[in-house]
Amino acid sequence: MLTWTAGILLLVIKLGLVLVGLLLLAAYLVYGERKLLARLQIRLGPNRAGPFGLLQPLADAVKLLTKEDFVPQGADRMIFLLAPVVVAATALLIFAVVPFGEGLTIGGRRIPMVIADIPVGLLYVLALSAIGVYGVALGGWASNSKFSLLGSIRAVAQMISYELSLGLSLVPVVMMAGSFSLVDIVKAQAHYPFVLVQPFSCLIFFVSAVAETKRIPFDLPEAENELVAGYHTEYSGMRFGLYFLGEYVTLVVLGSLVAVFFLGGWHGPLLPPLVWFFLKVLGVVFVMIWIRGTLPRLRYDQLMRFGWKFLVPLALVNIMVTGGVMLLLGS
Amino acid sequence: MQKKQGLINTMVEGCVGLAQGFATTFIHLFRKPITEEYPEYKRPLPARSRARIILTRDPDGEERCVACYLCSAVCPVSCISMQSAEQEDGRRWAVWFRINFARCIYCGLCEEACPTLAIQLTPDYETCQYDILTLVAEKGDLLVDHGGKNHDYNFYRHAGVSMVGEKGTHLNEAKPVDLKSNLP
Repeated sequence: MLTWTAGILLLVIKLGLVLVGLLLLAAYLVYGERKLLARLQIRLGPNRAGPFGLLQPLADAVKLLTKEDFVPQGADRMIFLLAPVVVAATALLIFAVVPFGEGLTIGGRRIPMVIADIPVGLLYVLALSAIGVYGVALGGWASNSKFSLLGSIRAVAQMISYELSLGLSLVPVVMMAGSFSLVDIVKAQAHYPFVLVQPFSCLIFFVSAVAETKRIPFDLPEAENELVAGYHTEYSGMRFGLYFLGEYVTLVVLGSLVAVFFLGGWHGPLLPPLVWFFLKVLGVVFVMIWIRGTLPRLRYDQLMRFGWKFLVPLALVNIMVTGGVMLLLGS
Repeated sequence: MQKKQGLINTMVEGCVGLAQGFATTFIHLFRKPITEEYPEYKRPLPARSRARIILTRDPDGEERCVACYLCSAVCPVSCISMQSAEQEDGRRWAVWFRINFARCIYCGLCEEACPTLAIQLTPDYETCQYDILTLVAEKGDLLVDHGGKNHDYNFYRHAGVSMVGEKGTHLNEAKPVDLKSNLP
């Protein structure tokens, strides 16, 4: 009984810490991105709220929470109100399977540094990111606005296309690790990170991840100079905030997934595992921001052609080559 | 074989192009931001930049405005209004003169239209107010005690004011025009 209570208590504490940490990280990622993007464009970025503008996320949150929660006329009220929740919730839930460190041992009790090490963690990740599409699709459809609808149509087409290459690029990783569990995948990279043997896989995953987060150069769904803001045009206040939050949590999650699948997760010399993990996540996120500061937006046909005619075939060839090499080395 | 070479060349060129772009943005990360932080640093504006409107005086300290209504007529947003009157020496002046800065678009057409250099735009751009009605400037708010961009110009030195006898009584002088019929 005591072990049960302790276990549940531990889980709740862990959940709370991860949730708060993730939300804080997402909030400060917004700040970090604005600051970094500004420096890439030789601007200063937010610097008014607090020292160095460090209270900017707080100010943004207060603003979003106090704005009017507006539902446009003719909108499908129920779906309109619920759609942002889907986006934010799926983004947060993905992090449940991401291992961010080696297990700790406190008082003879092993505490794994992951909320749920489920055996099919990788499939869970892909499934949840597929559910996230519903939030975008329904939000845009329920808004009863042309811009929103166009944005969500684009978003759905894009996300479904790139989910394919996202999934396919992970097949070689699963083949090499021999497991769907994210913890086992990280453990399989104890000696070398998979990016060294699977550079194409890593590249495809990274590009698809950028497309999944709908960021430049794949930001067609919210292309602000064509579609106002795409699928969240009609949203205001905290519902818009949830979309925004979901986007940045997804950014953190995809950064950590790149770190877990290809950069060896928490493995690394000298520094403690948790620090290594964070460094890797922040490194990936930095590259994403750097891309945003550098590349222009793709055209819609370029986006589709790149996804279907380049990334998917490359991923398939990559799987076959990986399988062949493994067969040769195994025999 | 020819085609293969072309493909590889294209790939190499594409990669080099991408890398150049990323290198350029990365270098800019270490450059000093060019942002001017506004409330702390106020950029000195050129003397002819157009912002707050003033009514200037001639070298004798008299108001330059002759209330000809040209600025009011030319104003694209109709933010200038006034009431003209005549002094005993025949010199015209504005009884009241009002500019609604909430409407003003600082186009400078009033300054162009003014025949006496009375109305002028200054580089003073900090005109924000919390209450929109405080943006309505009366003549007292607009009048300054200097000549603005041209301190020496005096309209009446060219036009003259003093007269002997009544208006319209001089040789070959037309009868005075009813001003009300002439308003824009």
